[in-house]
Amino acid sequence: MEDVLDVRDLRMRYAKTDVLNGVSFAARRGEVLALLGPNGAGKTTTIEILEGFRMRSAGEVSVLGTDPARAGEAWRARTGVVLQSWRDHRRWQVRELLAHLGRYYAPYSTASVRRPWDVDDLLETVGLTGHARKRVQTLSGGQRRRLDVAIGIVGRPELLFLDEPTAGFDPEARRDFHDVVHRLADREEATILLTTHDLDEAERLADRILILAGGTIIADGSADELSRAMSGQSEVRWSRDGQRFVHAADDATAFVRELFRQYGESVEDLEVRRASLEDTYMALVRQAEQGAPRRLTVVAA
Amino acid sequence: MNPALAAARAGLSRGRIEFKQTLTTPRDLISILITTGIFLAVMIWTRHTQVPGTHFSLGTATLVSVLALDVVYYGVVNMGDLIVVEREDGTLLRAKAIPNGMLGYLLGKVVNFSGQIAFVFAIMLLTGALLFTGLAIGRPGSWLTLAWVLVLGLLATLPLGAVLGSLFPSQRSAGPWWLLLLAGLAAISGIFYPITHLPVLLQWTGQAFPMYWLALGMRSALLPNAMAAVEVGHSWRHLATFGVLSAWAIAGLVLAPAVLRRMARRESGSTVAARREKAMRGA
Repeated sequence: MEDVLDVRDLRMRYAKTDVLNGVSFAARRGEVLALLGPNGAGKTTTIEILEGFRMRSAGEVSVLGTDPARAGEAWRARTGVVLQSWRDHRRWQVRELLAHLGRYYAPYSTASVRRPWDVDDLLETVGLTGHARKRVQTLSGGQRRRLDVAIGIVGRPELLFLDEPTAGFDPEARRDFHDVVHRLADREEATILLTTHDLDEAERLADRILILAGGTIIADGSADELSRAMSGQSEVRWSRDGQRFVHAADDATAFVRELFRQYGESVEDLEVRRASLEDTYMALVRQAEQGAPRRLTVVAA
Repeated sequence: MNPALAAARAGLSRGRIEFKQTLTTPRDLISILITTGIFLAVMIWTRHTQVPGTHFSLGTATLVSVLALDVVYYGVVNMGDLIVVEREDGTLLRAKAIPNGMLGYLLGKVVNFSGQIAFVFAIMLLTGALLFTGLAIGRPGSWLTLAWVLVLGLLATLPLGAVLGSLFPSQRSAGPWWLLLLAGLAAISGIFYPITHLPVLLQWTGQAFPMYWLALGMRSALLPNAMAAVEVGHSWRHLATFGVLSAWAIAGLVLAPAVLRRMARRESGSTVAARREKAMRGA
């Protein structure tokens, strides 16, 4: 199947600084990709190049089969960008704005993809039905972000870009947003590329995680695959005779078996924890910063 | 439907919605009414003063000339200022992120400001008809001349406003320049006093800009024909008016797409975010 995203050896240089030096990855249709990385790693630069908002210095980029640097309005109609609102369109009513922005997509409707998204259905999907008649400036921060998401998907994009979509969300809004993303990926078969600092969110949403550090992708795989490949070590905690113990084991099962064989019933409060995505992430980024350029790629089974 | 046509229609409706918002937002409406009111008050004050060399009311002549000032104010200054603001707050970026969004955005602005100008014209002319003497609004030719001068004036100013707005880096840096531009132009364009009383160099400078020709066109439409006597060359110079306004319109229409494209190309989520942070720190 043709890849929705295909990035090869992407390079970006500002003045004398190389921000991206050889980023490569691909995404299939319906995949949700999370792009992680420390601040300044080039996540936003990467996503803006793919959105067609920024010119790259070198490399090959194909987005929905087209080079975004030369893509036209028909390509634009198949993509969605969730932007962070600030003060724009503050006098517009929520429903009025969505209906207006949807009109631009109508000529790009196809037999398989009806564009734009029905406004009332869309309001329902992002949980703004009760605020349809409100002016944008009267919305709370969380409601505004829901509106941002609605604007990003009003054209029923085949590919959606989300740059830190849940920054400033409360837990409930975050949960709702995750539902929307799942619905888009599963029912609409949209491909989604998101950047986030929230590792929990990446683990929950993404089929695949890309870690960008030092201008290249240092890891590419599912959260589970990454932690397994990165460190087979698990943390085992237990207590015995009122004393607490912690041990990092390569083979937790064998270690626990041995533990019980030796101490039997005196072992209490047993906990076995596999390395979390956060541990994996920290270890990988630290490794990259110390100048060990190796790429950890896990081929999906 | 053709995508560009769909976007053009969306743009027209965008303009209508924005115009309606202007009229229903108290701050905007009050600001329009106050600026218009101040001008009218000055004219009413000078109603019985005469244009030098004639027995015609200076107030009436000024009222007609100020219509040109209004076109430049809304068409260049307000248009340009709004583009600066909306580039800063991300409205333009949203337009860029949707198919043919920039076309709809710009058309919306044209409709919105044309509406505002028509609204101000209506107030001015209605007051003029009720309180001033000598306004030649009875002849059909007046309205015809007013119409073509106004349409050319919009074409000469709105693209120019978009171009200037694209050149300023931020609203704060733009503010003082707009005022200087408007006051300077008004002074050398014969809005409040016949241009023939100015030094020759300033007369020529004034005649290089659209405001003078717009004002001349308005006077030719709405003042008695005899008033041509106090103009340069004792004539309404319709051909020259058409020529100069058209030249500005063509220059603006040729320049605007390229300048706007250049500006839009630089817009991205991170540039808007950076400005937001800067504004928040400054606030």
